[in-house]
Amino acid sequence: MSTFLQQLINGVSLGAIYSLIALGYTMVYGVLKLINFAHGDVYMVGAFMGYYLANGLGVRGAQALGMSADGLLARGLLGSGAMEPSLITALAVMLLAMAICAALGVIIERFAYRPVRKYSRLTALITAIGVSLLLENGGQVVFGADPKFFPELFKKRNIELFGGASINSADIIVLVIALALMIGLQLVVFRTKTGRAMRAVSFNLQSAKLMGINTDRIIAFTFALGSALAAAAGVLVAIRIPRIDPLMGILVGLKAFVAAVLGGIGNIPGAMLGGLLIGVTETMVVGYLSPTYKDAVAFAILILILLFRPSGLLGSVSQEKV
Amino acid sequence: MLTLENVFVNYGAIEALTGISMHVEQGEVVTLIGANGAGKTTTLRTITGLLEPRQGRIIYEGEDIGGRPTHKLVARGISMSPEGRGVFANLSVRENLQMGAYLIKDRGKVAADMDRAFKMFPRLKERESQKAGTLSGGEQQMLAMGRALMSNPRLLLLDEPSLGLAPLVVHTIFEAIDEIRGKGTTILLVEQNAHAALSHSDRAYVLETGRIVMEGPSKELAADPRIKEAYLGE
Repeated sequence: MSTFLQQLINGVSLGAIYSLIALGYTMVYGVLKLINFAHGDVYMVGAFMGYYLANGLGVRGAQALGMSADGLLARGLLGSGAMEPSLITALAVMLLAMAICAALGVIIERFAYRPVRKYSRLTALITAIGVSLLLENGGQVVFGADPKFFPELFKKRNIELFGGASINSADIIVLVIALALMIGLQLVVFRTKTGRAMRAVSFNLQSAKLMGINTDRIIAFTFALGSALAAAAGVLVAIRIPRIDPLMGILVGLKAFVAAVLGGIGNIPGAMLGGLLIGVTETMVVGYLSPTYKDAVAFAILILILLFRPSGLLGSVSQEKV
Repeated sequence: MLTLENVFVNYGAIEALTGISMHVEQGEVVTLIGANGAGKTTTLRTITGLLEPRQGRIIYEGEDIGGRPTHKLVARGISMSPEGRGVFANLSVRENLQMGAYLIKDRGKVAADMDRAFKMFPRLKERESQKAGTLSGGEQQMLAMGRALMSNPRLLLLDEPSLGLAPLVVHTIFEAIDEIRGKGTTILLVEQNAHAALSHSDRAYVLETGRIVMEGPSKELAADPRIKEAYLGE
């Protein structure tokens, strides 16, 4: 029982992170019918942005930019003593990383995807793979290929639960933040005018234009939103497991993509559900079978879903009426 | 109000329009008739900025609008009910109408316009909270037209509003067209149903393989033996 409870908590916490990334895949697919393969790498950049925000660029990095060796840029929010490790610090680091990645997402859309939008979808897909490779290899050049250890943004501790299970405070905080972000996203998508425009663009691009919607701006906004959530996921992952490297986005990105397909690609609640299911299944396999199969689970699920319900759990087959 | 001067449009290597010139005056109902593939829909899509002319000018209210983005033209008072209706199937009837008023900030105005749409098409009022995808074809057409009117256009483009509809519904649609023109909105109507189109319009253009082959007052064209034979099936 305690294993079950423990793994359930771990799984929901991990799954919430998959959900955050899956949302970016699903939203971009919704508006552009494009699988943005670079999305997992934006998540990686998010984690690194969190790292540099907290730790700074280092003495050499700051001097390369002509800044002093012990300023904020060199030592970061934590290293310079500007902030103490606390929840506020974690939130500040996460929000700043989100803002940076939102801009990155907009830049990727503007300079990589928009120019090829008028060509076939395959062209866009290949472009996405290109952007992904650029970020992975560029990341190795800029950030360095070896793993970095993410600083502790707040003091973690273990909380004993009934039945012998224990939970790390980081897991609870990750879960709470992820849920808050998802609720926030729901509000944006279903309660605001911009959200309404996003849904219109994803239902029917031409009709959306005819409503007077500036669809280019909505598509850019969708990339900003998705990339910000990926960055949040990057920081949250690094809070749970503080080891980051420039290729960390590949596998997690693929799993989140599977989560989006599982929920029904293009479907926002579906991406949330899919992420949670993949996360929980993965930790259950680790708990009850063997950690060896951890990474295979998502892909086994992908095969099953493609065989039995290709439109995903919450996805619907669209019909046109004459 | 709207003038097309020698407009050419391509789909890739295929020439869809080869030098179209036409004009629509304030308060008129002008119809564009022709067979499938003649370029009727292409003409409307080019006017609304969904396609870019390769050559030629599109002058709307004194300004060349060729290649302007669609959303800017909607703001300038051009609205279209597209071919195939293009309703947002997953949104309710009410939400679809709200979408049509996307650029209008005054909520009171939107509510009043929605009442007006419901008055024109009482069937939509009955289906207000139903998803648009569950409506019949005729109801979807009413919704597409009602939605196009929500932006308070000065120029309304209607693409095949009667396509695939039962005769009774076609009648309702054309009554609505008369009503819209009665309120002073200029209409450019694309139709395969030449008979109905000619009897509900002031002037007409006949398109054949991307060029205009005939034009004139609708009454005269309806009486022309060539039109009778080719388009009215007489």
